[in-house]
Amino acid sequence: MTAITIRLQGCRKAFADGTVAVHDLNLTVEGGETLAILGPSGCGKTTTLRLIAGLERPDVGQVFFGDQDVTRLPIERRDVGMVFQNYALFPNLDVAGNIVYGLKIRGVPAPERNKRCEELLELVGLQHHGRRSIHELSGGQRQRVALARALAPRPKVLLLDEPLAALDAQLRERLRSELDQLLRGLDITSVFVTHDQGEAMALGDRILVMEQGRVAQLASPREIYQQPANAFVAGFVGNLNAFTVLDRTAHGLRVCGGELPWHAVDLPGTVYCRPEHLRVMEDEGHLRGHLVAQFFQGAQSRLLVDVGGPQPLLVDSSDNQLHRVGAPITLAIAPHLLFTLNA
Amino acid sequence: MKRSSLFVIQLLFTLLVCAFMLVPVVMSLLAGLTRNFFVGLSSGLTFDWLIQVWQAYSPTVWLSLQLALACAVCVCVIGVPAAYALVRMNNRFSRAFEELMVLPVAMPGLASALALLLTYGQFGSFRSSWLFILVGHVLFTLPFLVRPVMAVMQRQQLPLLEEASASLGAGPIKRFFSVVVPNCRAGILAGVLMVVTLSLGEFNLTWMLHTPMTKTLPVGLADSYASARLEIASAYTLIFLLMIVPLLIALQAISARLSRGERR
Repeated sequence: MTAITIRLQGCRKAFADGTVAVHDLNLTVEGGETLAILGPSGCGKTTTLRLIAGLERPDVGQVFFGDQDVTRLPIERRDVGMVFQNYALFPNLDVAGNIVYGLKIRGVPAPERNKRCEELLELVGLQHHGRRSIHELSGGQRQRVALARALAPRPKVLLLDEPLAALDAQLRERLRSELDQLLRGLDITSVFVTHDQGEAMALGDRILVMEQGRVAQLASPREIYQQPANAFVAGFVGNLNAFTVLDRTAHGLRVCGGELPWHAVDLPGTVYCRPEHLRVMEDEGHLRGHLVAQFFQGAQSRLLVDVGGPQPLLVDSSDNQLHRVGAPITLAIAPHLLFTLNA
Repeated sequence: MKRSSLFVIQLLFTLLVCAFMLVPVVMSLLAGLTRNFFVGLSSGLTFDWLIQVWQAYSPTVWLSLQLALACAVCVCVIGVPAAYALVRMNNRFSRAFEELMVLPVAMPGLASALALLLTYGQFGSFRSSWLFILVGHVLFTLPFLVRPVMAVMQRQQLPLLEEASASLGAGPIKRFFSVVVPNCRAGILAGVLMVVTLSLGEFNLTWMLHTPMTKTLPVGLADSYASARLEIASAYTLIFLLMIVPLLIALQAISARLSRGERR
C-alpha cells in the first residue's frame, strides 16, 4: 500500500464568534511525507489539523484523501490515527486495552488483536507494560502508548497535535529522534502541529508556517531557515539581526557600525542575517561595536554587540573565548549570507 | 495529659446530642423485640412480633424491593443519557431543564401524586398496577442520579476522550458505551444507590398512588402504626432498618471512593 496524499482545497473555517481561524487554505501533503505545521498560538494550526482529521468541518472548501472527497466524513470514518496533546488515554482501560481499542471497534478477533498489541508495545519500547494502569505511567510512556494506540489500526494518515509539548526538555529531545525514526520507517503520511521550531525542523520533511490563519510559507526546513518568505517567518524560525541601510557605498551598504558587503544592483531598505553567520574577527571586519553581554551556552556562546543601532546585534560564536564587557568587537559576514525580506 | 474543663463540657454536650438522636432508634428497636412494651423489658424479649410482621406484611417488602430495583433500572436508562445530553448542550435550555427536573423533589409528594392521578387515573389497569407507583418513584428520584452523574461527567475530560475514541473509529453509540459510561461508573453507582435508598423509603407519593393490592413497605408501616399494636409497628421498622442500613453504608463507601478518585 502506498501512502495517500492529503489535499485541502480552499478550506475556510470561522468560529461561532466570527473569528476566522483558517482563510482559504490550499495545501497538499504528499504521500509518505511528514508535514510540520508551525506557528504561534492562535495562528490556526490546530484548526487546520482538525480539518484534516475531520473533527472540524470547513465552512467552505474540500478535503481530499487521495482521490476521495472526505469533507463530509466524520473522523471515525476517515481512517486516521491521532495523537492528542494531552494524549487522551482512556483512564478506565490499561495500556493494552488502550492500544487494542481501535481494533476492537473494528471487530478484529482477539488473537489477532493481541498479536498486534505485542507488536506495537515492542515498537514503542513498552514490552511487559501491557497490564499497567494509565495512572502508573510517566509522561513519556503515556506519549508512547498514545502513539501505539493511534497506529494500531494501521491508519492511512497519522496526525499529531503538539505530540511532545507536555514533556520536559530532555525527554522531548529523546522522543523527538525516536518519533523521527518511527515515522520514517512507517511510510505513512503524517501531519503534526507544533509551536516549537526545533521540533518542526527536526521532524518535518516540509514545514508549513502559519500566521493568522494564512500560509506564511510552505517549504523545506532548510529553505524556511535560509530563505524565509517574510519577516514573520524569519523571526519565528530562529533569531534575526536587522540592519537599516543608510546609504550605498562603492562596495556595499552603509549601516550603523560599519559597511556591509553587497553586490546586488537593487538597494534594499533593510538587510538581515542570522546570528551564527556573524563572525568575530581579530582585526579587519565589516562592523565595529562593543560587547554588551556574553552568554555561555555550552557548544557556543551568544554575544550581544552594540554597533550603534536601535538593538544590539546577536552573535552566536562557537569560539568560546571570553570577552570583557565593553570590549571592542569586530564582526564580519560573507555577502551571500545577507538577505532581504518582503514585509 | 490534663484535659480542660471546656473539653469535658463539649464532650458531654456531644454525647447528649447523640443520645437525643439515637435513643429513639434504640427504643423503637427494643419495642419491636419486647414481649409487652407497656410492661417493659421485664416482660422478656421475643422474635414473635417480627414473625407476625413477616406473615402479614412480607408482600410489601418484596414489592418495595421490586419497585426500588425497577426504579433504579429506569432511572439509569433515562438518567445517564439525560445527564450526558445536559452536559453536552450546556446552554440556557439545558439549565432550565435541569431545574425543572428537580421540581418533583421540591414539590410536596402529595401534589405530584395528585397530578399523576388526575392525568392517568382513568386508565384502570395502569392505575391499579405497581407500574403506576414506579412512575412516581422515577419522577421523584431522577435528579438524584442525574446530578452526581453530571458532576462526574463535567470533571472528566470527556470531550477529549470522545474525540480520541472517534479517531479510533467509534461512532456516537459505541463512544457512549465504551467511553462515556465506563468513565462515569462511580457517579452512576452512587446515583443508583441513592435512588434505591430513596425509593425504598418513599412515602408521600406512594401513599397517594397505592391501592390495597400495591402496598409498599412504608405504606404498610403507616398502616400498622394506625391499626396494629405498637410492638408490631416497631418490629416492622426493624425490618426496614435491616434493609436500608447496608445500602447506606455502601453509599458512604462509594462516595469516599469518589472523592479519592478526584484527588488522583
